[in-house]
Amino acid sequence: MAGENPASTTEYIQHHLTNLVYGNHPDNGWGFAHGAQEAAEMGFMAIHVDSMAWSIGLGVLFCWLFRSAAKRATTGVPTGLLNFVELIIEFIDGAVKDSFHGRNKLVAPLALTIFVWIFLMNFMDLLPVDLIPELLMMVGVPYQKIVPSTDPNITLGMALGVFVLMLYYSIKIKGTGFVSELTMHPFNHWAFIPVNLFMETVGLLAKPFSLGLRLFGNMYAGEMIFILIATTFAAGAGAGLIGGGLHAQIFGEHTSAWFWLVIFILVCGVCWLNLKGKIPTGRTVLLCMVFMTIGGGLTALGGGLMQWGWAVFHILVITLQAFIFMVLTVVYLSMAHEEH
Amino acid sequence: MELIYIAAAIMLGLGALGAAVGMGLLGGKLIEGTARQPELGPMLQGKMFLLAGLIDAVPIIGVGIAMYLIFVVAPTAAGA
Repeated sequence: MAGENPASTTEYIQHHLTNLVYGNHPDNGWGFAHGAQEAAEMGFMAIHVDSMAWSIGLGVLFCWLFRSAAKRATTGVPTGLLNFVELIIEFIDGAVKDSFHGRNKLVAPLALTIFVWIFLMNFMDLLPVDLIPELLMMVGVPYQKIVPSTDPNITLGMALGVFVLMLYYSIKIKGTGFVSELTMHPFNHWAFIPVNLFMETVGLLAKPFSLGLRLFGNMYAGEMIFILIATTFAAGAGAGLIGGGLHAQIFGEHTSAWFWLVIFILVCGVCWLNLKGKIPTGRTVLLCMVFMTIGGGLTALGGGLMQWGWAVFHILVITLQAFIFMVLTVVYLSMAHEEH
Repeated sequence: MELIYIAAAIMLGLGALGAAVGMGLLGGKLIEGTARQPELGPMLQGKMFLLAGLIDAVPIIGVGIAMYLIFVVAPTAAGA
């Protein structure tokens, strides 16, 4: 179990929901916060190091991956990674063409970035909940939340970026038309200008707000359920997408993460070989089961299976939420381009 | 303190109710639409998934908050 041997489920959950915060504490000066209370005392001058590191890291990964594919692009038959990247780009291109009716070179690349980046951030949810926090714990990092999109700062920050673009293009394309849209829209009479302004402003502000909160809420709830399954079924030895846990009581507090890592790599390896066509599917399932049983014992297998079940459902959710964020961004930008 | 559990139950229940009605309408209309014009099926399905995600968002946020209330707020309130 992660943390300084947390006594209860509540502490375990709270530990998992605490960011690694770096900031200026009024008493202790600049440094990492130890616990949620100290983080709260830091006030505004604090930064969620884990969210920043993971989101920027995944962004760099995305850029590097797609760039390396783009450099290899030829007119010949694409293979492997290139195929995959082309598939995503064509999918995004189609979605943008469906819902964007203006003329703008920025929107399709923006949509691609948003979709892949959010998908990668959400994907961190499918890693075993304890794996990376526990491993980092061993090198002395007290808190770690590896899913950046469960941090409202990240999702609302992205929504704010979209909002700025909306305002920019509204003013650029429509000019004074944007002002009259805000003041004259539902009731086209000068006496209704304050009412119109109020209604339109609320409608305008609700867009980025709902965009950010929707993503945050979905990922937060998903993460919460992973954590709850981990606490309920395996007494802290939980697993995410694949893999089992090991009862921490048997092997001491800090051995379990290594077992997860080994089991995780073994299961991933078997699935990879299955994808490559080296092992039949039936034997893959059997081998995964055996690894999970060895790794976790029956209770952890129960927890592992529950985690796995929720993870399978969650694959749909994370993709859908990334897609929705992208489509709504495109739709909002399209609205900013349309003249009335 | 017990009211926290009631609050969580109402949150889960009403969220599920609304989402169920919404999903039912959405799926029904999809099937109707596809039966009437089967060639529009794939396009309608894409739009349905988008709307399903939108409908799904509100109750799942409710689930997250309810879980937080049950497993974190309620024990803390009881302990304090």
